[in-house]
Amino acid sequence: MVTAKKTTSASKSASRSRSAAKKAAPAIAEFDKDQELHAYREMLLIRRFEEKAGQLYGMGFIGGFCHLYIGQEAVVVGMQMAKVDGDQMITGYRDHGHMLAMDLDPKGVMAELTGRRGGLSKGKGGSMHMFSKEKHFYGGHGIVGAQVSLGTGLGFANKYRENGNVCMAFFGDGASNQGQVYESFNMAELWKLPVVYVIENNKYGMGTSVERSSATTDLSQRGASFGIPGEQVDGMDVRAVMAASEKALEWCRSGKGPYILEMITYRYRGHSMSDPAKYRSKDEVQKMRNEHDPIEQVKARILENKWATEDELKAIDKDVRAICAEAAEFAQNDPEPDVSELYTDILL
Amino acid sequence: MPIDILMPALSPTMEEGKLAKWLKAEGDTVSAGDVIAEIETDKATMEVEAVDEGTLGKILIAEGTDAVKVNEKIAILLGEGEDASALDAAAAAPAAAPAPAAAEAPAAPAPVAAAPVVSEPAEDPEIPAGTAMKTSTVREALRDAMAEEMRKDGDVFVMGEEVAEYQGAYKITQGLLAEFGEKRVIDTPITEHGFAGLGVGAAMSGLKPIIEFMTFNFAMQAIDHIINSAAKTLYMSGGQMGAPIVFRGPNGAAARVGAQHSQDYASWYAHVPGLKVVQPYSAADAKGLLKAAIRDPNPVIFLENEILYGQSFEIPDMEDFVLPIGKAKIERAGADVTIVSWGIGMTYATKAADELAAQGISAEVINLRTIRPLDIDTVLASVRKTGRIVTVEEAYPMCSVSSEIAYQVQEKAFDYLDAPVLRVTGKDVPMPYAANLEKLALPNVGEVIEAVKAVTYTA
Repeated sequence: MVTAKKTTSASKSASRSRSAAKKAAPAIAEFDKDQELHAYREMLLIRRFEEKAGQLYGMGFIGGFCHLYIGQEAVVVGMQMAKVDGDQMITGYRDHGHMLAMDLDPKGVMAELTGRRGGLSKGKGGSMHMFSKEKHFYGGHGIVGAQVSLGTGLGFANKYRENGNVCMAFFGDGASNQGQVYESFNMAELWKLPVVYVIENNKYGMGTSVERSSATTDLSQRGASFGIPGEQVDGMDVRAVMAASEKALEWCRSGKGPYILEMITYRYRGHSMSDPAKYRSKDEVQKMRNEHDPIEQVKARILENKWATEDELKAIDKDVRAICAEAAEFAQNDPEPDVSELYTDILL
Repeated sequence: MPIDILMPALSPTMEEGKLAKWLKAEGDTVSAGDVIAEIETDKATMEVEAVDEGTLGKILIAEGTDAVKVNEKIAILLGEGEDASALDAAAAAPAAAPAPAAAEAPAAPAPVAAAPVVSEPAEDPEIPAGTAMKTSTVREALRDAMAEEMRKDGDVFVMGEEVAEYQGAYKITQGLLAEFGEKRVIDTPITEHGFAGLGVGAAMSGLKPIIEFMTFNFAMQAIDHIINSAAKTLYMSGGQMGAPIVFRGPNGAAARVGAQHSQDYASWYAHVPGLKVVQPYSAADAKGLLKAAIRDPNPVIFLENEILYGQSFEIPDMEDFVLPIGKAKIERAGADVTIVSWGIGMTYATKAADELAAQGISAEVINLRTIRPLDIDTVLASVRKTGRIVTVEEAYPMCSVSSEIAYQVQEKAFDYLDAPVLRVTGKDVPMPYAANLEKLALPNVGEVIEAVKAVTYTA
């Protein structure tokens, strides 16, 4: 299991040890059988979906940018397990996992990746731009950090409407250095807006490590100058994510303002499909896969507790693979959008 | 020597104000820094502090006097050892000029020998015949538009710097806080990028924000959210998620505020699919179009002008006066030439049309009202009638709205043109501060007349 301490090379610095020392050990939720199996299936769906997307990219079916979520599955699944109906999610361009966790149709997501008319945005958005008001998923944004201000606006709307909902605004370690993040933190705390800022720290903003881009590397404390509480969470352990998310969501829902969760996580694949990955070693990636994989952790616990047999887990995998195969099949055969779509959806 | 106390200018655009109250009486001792009077402009009430020490010798303008011009003598201060006998001489002397006279604009060419034409202002087809009219400033019209829409729809709120307790940096939101409360009239920190993004997020969830930029110069900090988040999301979502939001505030040159505060952004925003861009001229434009913008389900850029805020116009006295976005207005009918303008450019266009009429040239003046979608049909219909067109705007010439109009006119009415399309624009320079240079950088009536004479071959 990854602990917060191990995740940054700056852990020896005075500021790191001070902030680490004042924080209590992160809580781990006790999962029952149903929760473990739910988490396993959801994470596996994202993993298999992304593997299939990578495959389709290699075959030339997916163009442009394609940012895979493999390795980070526990973050969005743990948060999804903690939220209540009506809570919104908004994120950047590494968004396929969030869409699947928010119950968007895998066929529609995959067909959007291939730019087909059955895609969730009719093929006009692409990998980075899908939305569903009905499922409370607000994109899918390609400008690093933009989703933080937008998500703050969703939190503002929750407070305006007094609907008791909370917005979860996801962004990466790279985005955490953008100016508008701090403009948003200030307003959110000033007006006590119900927003959980979820920093998915996968250690690299594209190819630049956190240590090489950030003057302070404990990103959970980036709200300190505004008085926003924050904590680091083992983002490879879905139970830790869920426990921290429940606490943060409750904080926001009770009117105390925003909360920051820094999810310490890791992406196995490159920044995007065209990433040569010269900035990290193969060993680093392999070590993370071998020792901290979020899905393997759940699998091991399920087997240990005898909540399912190897064969039963294989059946889940088969089922999930079938969903992804069907999505890929649809995404390859669905026609491209009608040419008349070029000029629609510009204005209402 | 007694010291003249002059009516002070309290803002870059103030020309006159009301001397509301004297706080010192004749014979009172005054120290530097004492508040001696209160002055009201259409924007705010301000205190006048004494700069010099002495005794208030004579009050020249009684309290309650309206329309006191900037630099008019309002009182005389006596120095140490001076008495009332010094007053007579002081009162007789003219007030010192504040600055060297600015360079005169090029004079209009000599009138041609032709009979004056009579040009009647055209009726606005959007206003029902027989509607009673009232006088309103652009400022009041904007405020009334927001208040009326906020009364009707609880999802409408206004957010920006100094919109609430300060009552608006330019007093546009005056009174809204008192009526609608702090939940719906929200002072923001000075973070344009952040609150523009926050507004777009709120709009994506279905609220209808009015985001005020203190000026559109500051909106450059926020332009990513205006374009990438507000304008493009509907398309990127395949029609699922729009942003019903209005970005409004003063745009373009005010007066003597220098290069970073004097730019017209109409063509910037007009470039972008997914936005509507409105640039009102009169109080009626401002009211009718702002109400339409607030109701519009799309992001609307609403470009106001500080110089126009205090100007009064006739406005229909109707309960719910709404103008259609995307429709130009023929401000006056004419036969010889088409002058197309919008926003503050209309002030040059209409004055030029008046002078041209006296010289026997009949100009049809079109007020575009909306830049995007552009009502090119109204322009083309006029050009097909007159065969000549001059555009007038304050923005820089390169890639301007005028450039686009010129392109579309040559494309769609080439055979009707009897002369090249001419543009009168701001000069291709950052706005200078010096009064004479600033005047040269902006268009003027003489340039419009000159352009009309060139296209009508009457120069």
